[in-house]
Amino acid sequence: MSNFVFSSYRDLRDALLSKSISVESVVSAYLSRIEAKAHLNAYLAVFKESALAHAKVLDEKLASGKPIGKLFGMPIAVKDNIAMKGEKLTCASKILENFTSIYSATVIERLLSEDAVILGKTNLDEFAMGSSNENSAFGAVKNPINESCVPGGSSGGSAAAVGGDLALVALGSDTGGSVRQPASFCNVVGLKPTYGRISRYGLVAFGSSFDQIGVLAKTAEDAALVLEVMAGEDPMDSTSSNKPVEDYARASLDPKQLRIGVPKEFFTDALDPEINAMIQTVLEKLKAQGATLAELSLPHSEYALATYYILATAEASSNLARYDGARYGYRAKEITDPTDMYVKSRSEGFGKEVKRRIMLGTYVLSAGYYDAYYRKAQKVRRLIRNDYLNAFEQVDVILSPTSPVPPFKFGEKMHDPLTMYLADIYTVPMNLAGVPAISVPIGLNAQGLPIGLQLIGNLFSESTLIGASKLVEATREHSF
Amino acid sequence: MEYELVVGLEVHCQLNTKTKAFCGCSTEFGAPANTNVCPVCLAMPGALPVLNKQVLESAIKLGLTTHCTIAPYSIMARKNYFYPDLPKGYQISQYEEPICSEGYIEFDLDGEKKRVRLVRIHMEEDAGKSIHDIGEETYIDANRCGVPLLEIVSYPDIRSTKEASAYLQKLRAIVRWLGISDGNMEEGSLRCDANVSVRPKGSEKFGTRTEIKNMNSFKSVENAIQYEMERQIEVLKSGGTIVQETRLWDADKFETRPMRSKEAAHDYRYFPEPDLVPIEVSDELLSLIKAELPEMPEVRATRFVSQYQIPEYDAKVITTDRLLADYYEEAAKVCGDPKATSNWIMGEVLRTLKEKAIEISAFPIEAKRLGVLISLVKQGVINGNTAKEVVFVKMLDEPTSPQDIVKRDGLAQVSDTSAIEKEIAEVLSASPTQLADYRSGKTKLFGYFVGETMKRMKGKANPQIINDILKRKLESV
Repeated sequence: MSNFVFSSYRDLRDALLSKSISVESVVSAYLSRIEAKAHLNAYLAVFKESALAHAKVLDEKLASGKPIGKLFGMPIAVKDNIAMKGEKLTCASKILENFTSIYSATVIERLLSEDAVILGKTNLDEFAMGSSNENSAFGAVKNPINESCVPGGSSGGSAAAVGGDLALVALGSDTGGSVRQPASFCNVVGLKPTYGRISRYGLVAFGSSFDQIGVLAKTAEDAALVLEVMAGEDPMDSTSSNKPVEDYARASLDPKQLRIGVPKEFFTDALDPEINAMIQTVLEKLKAQGATLAELSLPHSEYALATYYILATAEASSNLARYDGARYGYRAKEITDPTDMYVKSRSEGFGKEVKRRIMLGTYVLSAGYYDAYYRKAQKVRRLIRNDYLNAFEQVDVILSPTSPVPPFKFGEKMHDPLTMYLADIYTVPMNLAGVPAISVPIGLNAQGLPIGLQLIGNLFSESTLIGASKLVEATREHSF
Repeated sequence: MEYELVVGLEVHCQLNTKTKAFCGCSTEFGAPANTNVCPVCLAMPGALPVLNKQVLESAIKLGLTTHCTIAPYSIMARKNYFYPDLPKGYQISQYEEPICSEGYIEFDLDGEKKRVRLVRIHMEEDAGKSIHDIGEETYIDANRCGVPLLEIVSYPDIRSTKEASAYLQKLRAIVRWLGISDGNMEEGSLRCDANVSVRPKGSEKFGTRTEIKNMNSFKSVENAIQYEMERQIEVLKSGGTIVQETRLWDADKFETRPMRSKEAAHDYRYFPEPDLVPIEVSDELLSLIKAELPEMPEVRATRFVSQYQIPEYDAKVITTDRLLADYYEEAAKVCGDPKATSNWIMGEVLRTLKEKAIEISAFPIEAKRLGVLISLVKQGVINGNTAKEVVFVKMLDEPTSPQDIVKRDGLAQVSDTSAIEKEIAEVLSASPTQLADYRSGKTKLFGYFVGETMKRMKGKANPQIINDILKRKLESV
């Protein structure tokens, strides 16, 4: 814990409880680093004063002997598409540049009630649409491991913050891989829980039936701990599940009891050979510890990306209709009537990728096209979901790459949206199926770029997923 | 050629739930602008709707009452369009798989039973209001955003303007009877659009229809449909064709006119609302709601006739309104005289409601007080005239009990025969001419003697005793 860099929350908590350091000193160290690494552009807003003030309150709380929360003193960053009362909520969009939220997301209330300290709001691809964080209206984020590379997206700011020790943990949102892919690019853990496990109330909607708040952390255990606090039914979100919340952080698995499925559709020529080789090494280690490996098939995988880009954009086209210049957000100058207000405000306020997706989504919902696109895609979504549910009758987790490629350079994929969309090929199917998935770092490639692998679990099997993630993490410790 | 009118109605009925359809905001009418609002109904980024269970229950109640099939599984949908008073840029409604489908409403018209079939009943939310009359700018009041509505869509089974109006009246009576809406058309609780077409009499094929909007009274509905029918017949007779379009009723100019095509040409891009889980109606919920359904007017009227021995006509009138029927039963129970109670309601009560233009819920005399008043007459404490003309009138203005009014104002009936006899003797001796006329056969003058005696006794005498004594005296002498 030299220079207040912690490898896990447990280290930090032990130090805080032994009173060898104060929350204030920890928060202060993180704030200094955020300032020193401002060029990474990971944060859109830093709550310097309120975070320090909160830290002092927490120190007093500990000193007074009052009971402390599960996340006591944990310095957390929040993706700037999650609402916090009285703070700006920009979604990295010009259309919400000056917008302040009048309420807080359920997850924020829950984190604060367990004594976490919120450091600020992180950068993202505009409205969480993108895989490189280059779609932010407020500039791209640099990858803290290699600053010439993108941090991934859309939770690029959150991944860079954790990867660069500018926060111990960060919240992201995952609609098609937006937590897992940047986690793998920035050498951190990225957890996307089961759809419905965490309330979406206060998460700015992109694709409502896909969106799920996720956690970026240094370890699976940290991610699990934060999940534990945020998960559970919320009367403000009727899609939130009432399934009981488990002790995810404490989950562990005997490797001999673990059945790992390896889908053949995910290990093809599309996968970077070096990533493949690194994953095979992990698989062999797990096998050596007694885990059972089984090749399996997810036959509808090839339709996942197309299905996703029909359904998620359809929902997005409707979800983003509220940004019309009428009540809040950006309104164009010189408008003549309501239609003129909509057209100009939205044309000027939204970025290119957001407009592309709104148009795509509007098209697939239009009269005469609905059946051919939206309805058909819904049917395919069901088939993909069934692929996964069937697979989990045979295996406990499915193991796959997180990204087909290592972190790429700025501008490399921006010219062609389809190439960019392919970056999500391994992460999108889980959002279609609603199942939980986690990206766990497995080391650096020959160029020194971080690589992650993905574990996928059955619906609401987060404990299994965390247990398996700990085994993967352990293989890495053994090798270094 | 003779033409036949064909009409289908789409009615929006505003529910009277305490809170909005998808958030906890109050639905109170007339609150200061933008005070009944929250992140959800203001469509703040990240806010989510949650369905108010009472809205679902109201829809099921109406569905059961109108013989609809209640879907065990139904879904909400988004209807997408841009309008400044629609904060989300979409309205949450139902499209495929509505909560209720395939029912009917029956009503009497000119002594015949008419049945209009229903296509569907679905749940949706209202939009806000644009305010144009403050300075140059347009303002938005979001208080109404998210107020729950039911949309009731009929088949084109209506064949006359009278039928259209009778159907609406019946629908209004049903929602009021169920207690799910106040059904007030002028205040916009009931809003009606009509699909109107005409066809040669005897033809099976429907003509091209127009959709008429903006009719905000029963009279408007009749007038607008009548106008539109005549307009269409005129067009056809002069060799033209009907354009399928949306037309607005202008009550001042007394005409329908086409909306601008831009306003009418919408592609709503309906799709299932992903923020709300599918609605499952279990058998348990269904039987629970069935058990809660009030006894319907026809059933109740039949019961009134057999249980209380009141005329069928009275029973029908009293059961036009559930609160009135409740009022009747309570008052009858208090006084123990259902027949007299029915007479009071049919007479004094309904007349007063009409004069004051109020509903029974706002009637100043509670059922219990009316019951006590009726029993005072029954027990002979006061006579009927005093009850109607003095005590009832006072009770309208003050919350005092009828007993206290009688006591305070000394209105108790005089049944003392010697006192009455004395007054009658005075009347007879003071009216020798009338007495002579009576004896010569003008027996109608009996009433005159009763009146004079009553006048002398300030109206408080027991009229039966006056009758008895007077009869005896006139016959004996």
